[in-house]
Amino acid sequence: MTELLYGIAVAPFKDMAGSPAFFAEVLIGGVFAGLMYSLVALGFVLIFKASGVFNFAQGAMVLFAALTLVGLIERGVPVALALLLTTAVMVALAWVIERVVLRPLVNQEHIILFMATIGLTFFLEGFGEMVWGANVKKLDIGIPDRSFIVAGIQINQLELSAAVTSAVLVAVLAVFFQRTRIGRALRAVADDHEAALSIGIPLKTIWMIVWSVAGIVAIVAGIMWGAKSGVQFSLSLIALKSLPVLILGGFTSVPGAIVGGLIIGVGEKMGEVYWGPLVGGAIENWFAYVLALAFLLFRPQGLFGEKIIERV
Amino acid sequence: MIYREAGQFRTTYASDQAIFPIPQDRWFVVFAAVAAFVIPPLAANEYWLQAVLIPFLIYSLAAIGLNLLTGYAGQLSLGTGGFMAVGAYAAFKLTTALPQLNIVVVFLLSGLIAAGVGLVFGIPSLRIKGFYLAVATLAAQFFLLWLFNKVPWFVNYASSGTITAPNRSVLGVIVTGPNATASVRYVTALALVVVGALVAKNLVRGRVGRSWMAIRDRDIAAEIIGVRPLRTKLLAFGISSFYCGVAGAELVFLYFGSAETLAFDITLSFLVLFMVIIGGLGSILGSFLGAAFIVLVPIFLTNAPQAMGLSLPVALQKQFELMVFGGLIIFFLIVEPHGLARLWQITKEKLRLWPFPH
Repeated sequence: MTELLYGIAVAPFKDMAGSPAFFAEVLIGGVFAGLMYSLVALGFVLIFKASGVFNFAQGAMVLFAALTLVGLIERGVPVALALLLTTAVMVALAWVIERVVLRPLVNQEHIILFMATIGLTFFLEGFGEMVWGANVKKLDIGIPDRSFIVAGIQINQLELSAAVTSAVLVAVLAVFFQRTRIGRALRAVADDHEAALSIGIPLKTIWMIVWSVAGIVAIVAGIMWGAKSGVQFSLSLIALKSLPVLILGGFTSVPGAIVGGLIIGVGEKMGEVYWGPLVGGAIENWFAYVLALAFLLFRPQGLFGEKIIERV
Repeated sequence: MIYREAGQFRTTYASDQAIFPIPQDRWFVVFAAVAAFVIPPLAANEYWLQAVLIPFLIYSLAAIGLNLLTGYAGQLSLGTGGFMAVGAYAAFKLTTALPQLNIVVVFLLSGLIAAGVGLVFGIPSLRIKGFYLAVATLAAQFFLLWLFNKVPWFVNYASSGTITAPNRSVLGVIVTGPNATASVRYVTALALVVVGALVAKNLVRGRVGRSWMAIRDRDIAAEIIGVRPLRTKLLAFGISSFYCGVAGAELVFLYFGSAETLAFDITLSFLVLFMVIIGGLGSILGSFLGAAFIVLVPIFLTNAPQAMGLSLPVALQKQFELMVFGGLIIFFLIVEPHGLARLWQITKEKLRLWPFPH
């Protein structure tokens, strides 16, 4: 018993203090991984904010975007053109989803829309692999998967560029939301559908824009994850990895997605490295969920979510 | 005309409160149940029993369980697969530790163990609602499967990491294991699901069910009129997990024969949730209809291209199935968001008037 307590409460911290360089490496690895989760979680947040739909298909959209991009590059399309085409495909997809799935289901209960997006997940996974093939593909975007050393700490170049990209993306989204006309309309819709409609904001167009933006975020996430682990079916499972990020940060908060991603990323890596061996490892599947759950017990709406006020 | 209640007067409270107040309904259900016990074991071949009817019954039981939680008590759960795994592993441990114990008792006991686990994972529902809760229940799903994978005690230190249903008999007839015939397994599953459905139907008609629905419809208002949220929600989690646990045990013992944790992964949770939604939230009949739909569609999709004379490569076939399955789900949600049970209700309304339009 004392041994177990020692293993939980003392030994990990001793290890951390013993080799600060390794600790920093784990920390940075966690931050990068967290930002990658944030990228996926961002797509969720955008759609949930604007349409109240919990879009489970975000992971499938990431897979679909990555498959399309790689498929085009493999067929000899130049990278820039392929990117443009993929964007066009994702926008078209957003249009189709709005027309075929969302519009007929307007005003249905949340759970029905949620199930519809799970159906969409199956559809996209099947469709993407049918069109582009199911084998694992390599996505080469010109950034080598190499590490360099700064102050005795290994930093992976690919992960660094992913981190920078997500930071830029978040900044762009923030400007888009705060400073543009469309962004203002988006925020209005997020606040109150009916009020937004009554002052003449076209709801359908807004939804299409939001789904397109989520599609573009999916492309970025697809590129980053694809470059890291290859474009394959398991890409669609990262949706599951980003869900704890989402509940931790709050469904409706863009900064929440980022901060939540960082907490989950760092917590997961720390847990795996320092506490994982105690219970036989491979805990990253559920550790993030338990971490998020512990947070939720104290703040049921997530870190940055809107405060839940309930009346009879 | 065929189906009418005009002229049927109920003169006692008992007849007014019956599950099926209309005699036509009552006779239909009794007839259907008897037919289900008699006809398939005599008439159906091995393939139909094994590939269609047995999974249909088992999934129905799981769907009833989830429907109690999600449809009646309004708590969205994605941990069904985990709770079913608890039932399966508990049944395996119990029956290998106590071989003389009746296998039906083992099923019920493992259901109870699953209920205990469900209670523990239901605790967050007191603070968390809606999709936050759904994601929180995923913690149960992932943690439980990880536990069964990691701790060799659960599989009796088998190197393969699988649990296998041993031969067990009830009243001299082998019910589970490799020597059990499909007919016997079918009848066992049917008996369990009939009892389960009857109990569930009575639960939701009574005090417990009413308090669940009150919590679902407006939890704060329910609390004010004296429904205790803690007890009600935890009861829903416990009973739902009991059903799921029994269904999970059946899944291994009556259907697969042997399984590893992969059989209980998140896909299973989604499948059961699909059954509940497509069948109809808050309807016991809907659980059966949804299970039938989800079991039959993949079989139909597998066989349809061959029936039409097309032969697709295996990989393409699989992707095609996935795609059509997803499309069909969206289609059904759009056509009837309240599920197949609602369609059945509409049909009944129409039959009442038929052949007159008004």
